[in-house]
Amino acid sequence: MSFLEYAPAPESRAILSLRDSYGLFIDGEFVDGRGTPFQTISPASEERIATISNANEADVADAVAAARRAYDRVWSRMSGRDRGKYLFRIARLVQERARELAVAESLDNGKPIKESRDVDVPLVAAWFFYYAGWADKLDHAGLGANPRSLGVAAQVIPWNFPLLMLAWKIAPALAAGNTVVLKPAETTPLTALIFAEILQQAELPAGVVNIITGAGDTGATLVAHEGVDKVAFTGSTAVGRAIAKQIAGTDKKATLELGGKAANIVFDDAPIDQAIEGIVNGIFFNQGHVCCAGSRLLVQENIHDEVVERLKLRLSTLRLGDPLDKNTDVGAINSKEQLERIRELSDVGVAEGADRWSAPCVIPENGFWYAPTIFTNVQTSSRIAREEIFGPVLSVLTFRTPAEAIAKANNTPYGLSAGIWTDKGSRILAVADQLRAGVIWANTFNRFDPASPFGGYKESGYGREGGRHGLGAYLSPARVGRGVAQPRLETGGAASADLETTRRRSPRSPKSATKGSKR
Amino acid sequence: MTRLAVPKTYKLYIGGAFPRSESGRTYEVVAADGAFLANAAKASRKDARDAIVAARAAVAGWSGATAYNRGQVLYRIAELLEGRRAQFVAEIEEVESVSRAVASAQVDESIDRWVWYAGWADKFAQVAGNANPVAGPYFNISVPEPTGVVAIIAPQDSSLLGLVSAIAPALVAGNSVVVVASERFPLSAISLAEVLATSDVPKGVVNVLTGSPAEIAPWLASHSDVNAIDLVGAGALDWISLEVDAADTLKRVLRPESGPDAAAPALGRITAFTETKTVWHTKSLL
Repeated sequence: MSFLEYAPAPESRAILSLRDSYGLFIDGEFVDGRGTPFQTISPASEERIATISNANEADVADAVAAARRAYDRVWSRMSGRDRGKYLFRIARLVQERARELAVAESLDNGKPIKESRDVDVPLVAAWFFYYAGWADKLDHAGLGANPRSLGVAAQVIPWNFPLLMLAWKIAPALAAGNTVVLKPAETTPLTALIFAEILQQAELPAGVVNIITGAGDTGATLVAHEGVDKVAFTGSTAVGRAIAKQIAGTDKKATLELGGKAANIVFDDAPIDQAIEGIVNGIFFNQGHVCCAGSRLLVQENIHDEVVERLKLRLSTLRLGDPLDKNTDVGAINSKEQLERIRELSDVGVAEGADRWSAPCVIPENGFWYAPTIFTNVQTSSRIAREEIFGPVLSVLTFRTPAEAIAKANNTPYGLSAGIWTDKGSRILAVADQLRAGVIWANTFNRFDPASPFGGYKESGYGREGGRHGLGAYLSPARVGRGVAQPRLETGGAASADLETTRRRSPRSPKSATKGSKR
Repeated sequence: MTRLAVPKTYKLYIGGAFPRSESGRTYEVVAADGAFLANAAKASRKDARDAIVAARAAVAGWSGATAYNRGQVLYRIAELLEGRRAQFVAEIEEVESVSRAVASAQVDESIDRWVWYAGWADKFAQVAGNANPVAGPYFNISVPEPTGVVAIIAPQDSSLLGLVSAIAPALVAGNSVVVVASERFPLSAISLAEVLATSDVPKGVVNVLTGSPAEIAPWLASHSDVNAIDLVGAGALDWISLEVDAADTLKRVLRPESGPDAAAPALGRITAFTETKTVWHTKSLL
């Protein structure tokens, strides 16, 4: 046994009390979906976890109707103080059930328990705690006095941070006074459904949050539903584009958090030990399933060889395997489809002349796995330097001058995040000014906080989540007389403010309400 | 004996120069009674693309200027416009066939609007940005930055005020602009370009196209190097199609407005063309 081989230390699954099948959470209760149910599996073992309901069009309509009723009758009339108290309750319940949520997340998503336990779930609680305090302070959100909630928010979230993305979406929406219909990703519905149980424990009024499961078509149906006032989506740029087209000409406001191809720039005076850790964290955190991952390493030419050598050494010590093992660094790829995409793009990298190196690690027999991989000799035009791989694959490029680093970093249609590693503070400030990205980490990477706005430039989407700006995405300024048009665009916080002389939609009785929402 | 007047040739304004449309096309601008006033250039797709190239080239310099400097440059436009007040009043009287009082009011308000927006240049970031108290040893700050190249379909029912109301806020943050002027009232747009050309606005920061918005707007909406499109004056066009086109590159879109309050002065018009950048700076251990 070498010093790298540890005895297995799996987190116990006994803390879970999962049901064999889960319904849709509509109007405060679990109901069966009318689509064909599907299984959610553990990507680490391919074992079945539970049967999940599939929401069809009628189910989506029921959920939107329930959200509308809850908005009209309860949530929009409740004081901000009481809305805040519900959110504080939820934050505490998440903390109380933190370990259970972490185990469920790692089981369903494949991410290492040390990440779900130490990053995802604590941030979920923090997100609710942060926005809870905003609920009775909306006058200070930067949109003037008495800002208004938007109504029913349709929220569609990805599989890479299932519960955390739920928190990013639900917490600000509820604080601002909106009600929600949320659709988790098809491959990772589990923690959202446990979260529904938490909402029951919190006694959140029925219909304020509705959680419907299903695949992409369920999400598309939800976004397209005419009873929806706000769309918040996190996922691929392709789908984001489709949503932007779909809602063109409607009154729906949108926040889109889309793809990225972040540059992580390492100057030759960088604190190299920290930089190596930062690079590893930047791209191998969560198996690289991170939209803001530092997937393009731009390293100053004179330290290229040293950095690559040290990276390989470091990657050789990463432990890949059972996500529930407390020593695991790299978990499972979330799905077979994603694994195939990573393989395909990696093969393209080789075909385009880049050199591939993968960490030597034993790949488990079952499940979906991809060893941490580095590509060197990558051309800026190569697909692995341009397209989002969304996996544990790092493309290494070089630069000589700061100007070249900036030009290369900005040479992408994306603009979500970037990293800068240098010991020189003035250089950090100058380079950060020039990078066209919404989040920039200086001598760190992949840091998240509910107080800190997150979101992209260019084709990485629009709107911000987190902080005061994220709250603004769920509000519009107080009505000022008549108005004709309204910019749908969110610029967050102080932003759209006085601009929006919103026309208020006439209060509608949801068509589907007559059908009844429970079966 | 009356003096024979020397009429002006109205051309486009692209990259600091006044070219004719590469297409060679012009269209007649007439007064309400049908009297001929001028031949305005009818910009083509190629002109729109040239304007975008010029605008892109100007972004770095304009957005890199200090906010104080941008504020002074915008204020200087107001100064020069004031100096040419009589010219604009006369032009608007003719083109819009309105009284001198009405035309004067429009010019005065346009000048004052430049002054209002000029004053925002070094202030809006303090209102739209903030420090973020994150749970860790980081100095974390969010600041608004210009979106980049902004295409604008100017309000169609106004010669000068609508145009100024649309382009001034986009310039405040450091964006550069390609604007399609009012189709019926294009002359003041070109006269304003003369003011811009002789003020301190760097070339390419504002590019003015005259012609048919219906023809030009789709090229602007679908162009990959345009970051945002302001459809404020596109109400009579098929603006939903423009919004769909804009979605291909996820452009930021502002919707059409109409009536006397269209493009009313607002901080929101400035921040609509900004992106929030959040920077995490590590703090060392002491």
